Amino acid sequence: MIMTTSQMWITIAVVAAGTVFTRFLPYIAFPEGRKIPPFVQYLGKVLGPAVFGLLVVYCLRNSDLLAPRFGIPEIAGVGVTGAVFVTTKQMMIAMAAGTAVYMILVQAVF
Amino acid sequence: MRELRSAFPKTIPVLFGYIFLGITYGLLMVTSGLPVYLPILTAMIIYTGSMEFLLVDILLSSFNPASALVTALMVGARHIFYGLSMLSKYRGTGKAKFYLIYTTSDETFALNYDAVIPEGCDRTKYYFFVSFLDQLYWICGAAIGALAGSFITVNTEGLDFVMTAMFVCIFLNQWVKDSDEAKKSGLSFLHAHAPEIIGVAGSLVCLLIFGPDHFIIPSMIVILLILTLARKTLERPGSKEEMAEPTAGDAGKESVK
Repeated sequence: MIMTTSQMWITIAVVAAGTVFTRFLPYIAFPEGRKIPPFVQYLGKVLGPAVFGLLVVYCLRNSDLLAPRFGIPEIAGVGVTGAVFVTTKQMMIAMAAGTAVYMILVQAVF
Repeated sequence: MRELRSAFPKTIPVLFGYIFLGITYGLLMVTSGLPVYLPILTAMIIYTGSMEFLLVDILLSSFNPASALVTALMVGARHIFYGLSMLSKYRGTGKAKFYLIYTTSDETFALNYDAVIPEGCDRTKYYFFVSFLDQLYWICGAAIGALAGSFITVNTEGLDFVMTAMFVCIFLNQWVKDSDEAKKSGLSFLHAHAPEIIGVAGSLVCLLIFGPDHFIIPSMIVILLILTLARKTLERPGSKEEMAEPTAGDAGKESVK
C-alpha cells in the first residue's frame, strides 16, 4: 500500500462526508416546516419515475452488445422479468424468473 | 411489529442482491491487501456500493483527498434526485429522519418511494425497517466476503442481475400506476409516461455519448433540463392536490404530524 494508515482514514472520512453531503443536501435546502416551492414539488413528482428509468439503464450499462453475447442474456432477463411482472403483478416471482434466466444464459450458454 | 412484517418481504430482492454484492466487495477489499475490518466499516458508514468499489482503487493509489472528495460528490450526485423525490414522503418522520436520509441507497430509495404502506402501519416505522434491513444486508454481505469470501465455491455468476430485475419491476410498477392515472384523467399515453420516457431516453443517449463510466451526471443534467422545460406541459392543473392524494400509504400522514 502507498498510503499511510492515517492517510487512509482521511480518505475514507472524506469519501463518507462527500456521500453524506449529497444525501442530506435536499433536506438541508428544504427543511421541515418550510414550504416546498411549487417547482421543487413538481420535480419531486416527476423525478422519481425518470430516475427509475435511469437506474434501469445504469444497471445495464455494461451489457455486452457485441459477439458472442449480443446482449441476449440482458434482453432475455429484462424481458422475462417484465413479462412475468406485467402478467402476475408479483414482483418476487418476476425477479426470480428473470434472474434465473439470466444466470442460466451467462453460465451455461455463453 | 406489523411494520417489520410487511416491510421484510419487500426487501427480499435487496437481501439477495446486497449479500451477493457485499460478498464481492468484502472479498475484493481483502484480496487487494486491505484490512479485514475495512469493508465492514465502510459498508456501515459510506454505504454506497458504487462508491465503495471505487474506494478500493482510491485506497490503493497515492494520497489525494481532493480527488477522492470530487469522486464521492460525482458518484453521490444522484442522491440529490432521491432526496428531492423523498422530501414530502420523509416529512414528519421525526427522530428517524436523520437515519432515513443517511441510509438512502439506490435500492432503499426505490423501495420506499414505491411503498404502499399497509393500513394500520406507521409509515415512519415502515420506512425505517426497509432502510435498516437493507443496510444490515449490505453490512452482512461485506462481512461475509471479508471473513469467508474465499470459501465460496458456488457459481454465482449473474446473481447480481436480481438488482436489475428489481429496478425493472419498480419501473414497470410506476408505468402501470401512471397508465391507471391516465385512464382516470384522460391523459394521452405520451403525456402520462413522459417522465419515464425522458428518464430512459435521456440516459440511453448519454450512455451512448459518454460511455458507461461517465454518463450518470450528464444524464441527470439532461433529465433535469427536459423536465424543467416541459414543466408547463407536464404539470397538470390539480397535480398539487394529487401529490397529497391520500393513497392507502399516506392516509396516516397528517395524523403522524
